[in-house]
Amino acid sequence: MDKLKIFTNGLLRENPVLVLIIGLCPVLATGSSMNDGFGMGVATTFVLVSSNLFISVLRNYIPDSLRLPIFIVIISTFVTIVDYVMHAYMVELYASLGIFIPLIVVNCIILGRAEAFAYKNSVKSSLIDGIGMGAGFTLAITALGAIRELIGNGTLTFFNRELLNLSSSLSFQPALVFIMPPGAFIVIGFMIAGVRWILKRS
Amino acid sequence: MIDNQMTWYMIVLSALLVNNIVLIRFLALCSFFGVSNRIEISLSMGMAVIFVMTLASAAAWIIWYFFLIPLNIEFLRTASFILVIATLVQLVEMYIKKTAPALYNALGIYLPLITTNCAVLGIAILIIDYRLGFLNSLIYTISVAAGYTLSIILFAGIRERIEMAPIPDILKGSPIIFITAGIMSLAFLGFAHLFGL
Repeated sequence: MDKLKIFTNGLLRENPVLVLIIGLCPVLATGSSMNDGFGMGVATTFVLVSSNLFISVLRNYIPDSLRLPIFIVIISTFVTIVDYVMHAYMVELYASLGIFIPLIVVNCIILGRAEAFAYKNSVKSSLIDGIGMGAGFTLAITALGAIRELIGNGTLTFFNRELLNLSSSLSFQPALVFIMPPGAFIVIGFMIAGVRWILKRS
Repeated sequence: MIDNQMTWYMIVLSALLVNNIVLIRFLALCSFFGVSNRIEISLSMGMAVIFVMTLASAAAWIIWYFFLIPLNIEFLRTASFILVIATLVQLVEMYIKKTAPALYNALGIYLPLITTNCAVLGIAILIIDYRLGFLNSLIYTISVAAGYTLSIILFAGIRERIEMAPIPDILKGSPIIFITAGIMSLAFLGFAHLFGL
């Protein structure tokens, strides 16, 4: 498989969230604003890329029968690194992502890519696969956060900078329900339908 | 949030309805969407979750307060919890298979699924974050798992009806399921701030 195809696979055709529909808990829980969604996406991508890289480097030394516990230990090492680094340098983001930072360890995308891709493929391909899948995940969660924030709060903020504020320029009444839990389910439902429609037409 | 000063029935109410683990806190979504086609199946899944989650929380509490804190190795929390939960599920599966075949037939295939269920690890971490005592941890865990069972059974009931309903083609399958869950979540949002929880 050529490298570009591995990369674009994760972005749309096999997007883990919108097409394969796995790893949903962090997406729905933390995608309530664009900023949080992006932060969660980057944190997960870091763990995904590092664990893919590490596992494909070690793939010839990992015994087959012990591979799952070894994968879990490798993944949880990187999750602990992310946990402590975010706690030290990004206090605000860490507080709003909360329990979903340590829960990256049970994200099925990461264990799934370790088992399905990194354990069988070269280091270079695994790196690209990790970046592609991570980018697809980040794209989906950021888009969900942006849509919910825009409808539910009337704003778009990114790295503490306000990109857009509907409620100040127009007489826009935000629909608060979209930044609350029900909004996440409803928006992701329509996003999956939208991606399906695009894939069907192309 | 939960703390040690709350009475047991407030903890139960909060975990079961007000902060429902699936519909309000977004944990355990994979199994919530994956095994909710039939009411009987979701009932067995719920029972398996109650069983495993209680064991896992008890184990996590003991590890945290008797090993990780005294030895000053709190950074191993995520790694040790997930390994212990995975091992525990395997042991339980082997034990049930030998001693109670009928129970194994009912719960067996759901047990491995639960290892990767983020709610089990999530609750183990939450009881530590909330600094709950051992008994309160157990009460909290059982009510959270009961909340999971309640919502998955209700959801399975709705899904059985949806199968027959005329739905636009583009929404068939997962999109309509998510939208349904959204409306259910809206209903559970009605419990928000009940008794100040």
